[in-house]
Amino acid sequence: MAKTKELLFDPVVNNNPIALQVLGICSALAVTSSMSVALVMSLAVIAVTAFSSMFVALIRSQIPSSIRIIVQMTIIASLVIVVDQILKAFAYEISKQLSVFVGLIITNCIVMGRAEAFAMKNGPIDSFIDGIGNGLGYGAILMVVGFIRELFGSGSVFGIEVLSKVTEGGWYYTNGLMLLPPSAFFIIGFLIWGIRAWKTAQVEVDEFKIAPNSKMKEA
Amino acid sequence: MSSNNESVQKTITVALVLCLVCAVVVSSAAVILRPAQAVNEKANMQMNILQAAGLYDPQQSIQDQFQIVTTRLVNLETGEFVEGMDAERYDQRKASKDPSMNRVLSGEEDIASIKRQAKIAKIYLIENGDQIEKIILPIHGYGLWSTLYGFMALEGDGNTVAGLGFYEHAETPGLGGEVDNPNWKAQWTGKQVYQGDEVGLRLVKGGADRSDSYGVDALSGATLTSRGVDNLLKFWMSDAGFKPFLDNLKQGRI
Repeated sequence: MAKTKELLFDPVVNNNPIALQVLGICSALAVTSSMSVALVMSLAVIAVTAFSSMFVALIRSQIPSSIRIIVQMTIIASLVIVVDQILKAFAYEISKQLSVFVGLIITNCIVMGRAEAFAMKNGPIDSFIDGIGNGLGYGAILMVVGFIRELFGSGSVFGIEVLSKVTEGGWYYTNGLMLLPPSAFFIIGFLIWGIRAWKTAQVEVDEFKIAPNSKMKEA
Repeated sequence: MSSNNESVQKTITVALVLCLVCAVVVSSAAVILRPAQAVNEKANMQMNILQAAGLYDPQQSIQDQFQIVTTRLVNLETGEFVEGMDAERYDQRKASKDPSMNRVLSGEEDIASIKRQAKIAKIYLIENGDQIEKIILPIHGYGLWSTLYGFMALEGDGNTVAGLGFYEHAETPGLGGEVDNPNWKAQWTGKQVYQGDEVGLRLVKGGADRSDSYGVDALSGATLTSRGVDNLLKFWMSDAGFKPFLDNLKQGRI
């Protein structure tokens, strides 16, 4: 039980795929301008990571190592297409907003990273839970970024107005930067800073030393 | 892991079996979910049409509301209805790419930057007895990043705007994306299209005078999107667009 809990919740803070491993940034920039879209994207990634890890783990002893990457990709790609089709059939509005980003889950490093790093060495059930855990870690960051961007960019949370906008007769001047993808870069940067200030074990050791002659010296 | 996993035979077998299984899963998902997707797409289009006409009520089912709408085909050149074609199944966007059904626009004429235009347009009418109450016309043209697709709804006189809405575009959120802002869209209602014989309807940079029955505020911070909207309106309301049809309608020829 302890192991399950660890597999499930460790990736949320201690080993977060975005904040610690810095994977899956591209889609985190693109889909976080509104929370409902970010939520659906998170659910899609959780589903794809969990099932792809499970299937990879199931057949891991049969996969020839020379083609293992492409085998993982094929499984991931098939699952992503299925998820995309399901969204188009049952959540049409959201799938229109997500547009190409559902398809781009295929290239999300988190999914492939878990398949290669965890599922190739562990059983299907553990891999499934690990996939959900990492999806949750991705989703947690997405929701935080989405909350900040939607609140300050559109004055709303999940599409419900919180701050009344000037354009609709209120007082809040919306922050245009928050609606554009670069704002997510800043927010994720601050989040990584925050998490590492709190969990100092995550601070990376410098891989190199700055040579003394490039340091600032008094003239 | 056993070493015979690495043999050529094993590699090819694994690859083949995997591909087969995945292909079956993907294609069955696509086939099984296709009907549900088609329903969604149709409902979405109908919702857009109703929204443009300002008739959409989220409380009621789209299908019920759409029953008052008649779909017709119009030959843009002659401005007459096309009979003998299935209006429901006609796809104007597909036709605009089909050389036998489209018209290539010359640079000068092509102010909306659409390059090709279908000869037949799919329009929607809301009728009350013999009277046409609303005319909903499909319009599209290039903005800043993307082609904007939308509907322009006119009152039965063929001159007063009942509403305007874009259902597909990829303009900058918060700037050009404000074409979706309900307050901006509300300004269109009641404006006049034709000033004499010319298209008078236009976007005014810096804000239109409230008494101006032809001017609508341009979007702030989105000069190119506004210019695109202005151009596509001029194009679709001109002789190359729906003007022949609207003229016929006004003079009672059809």
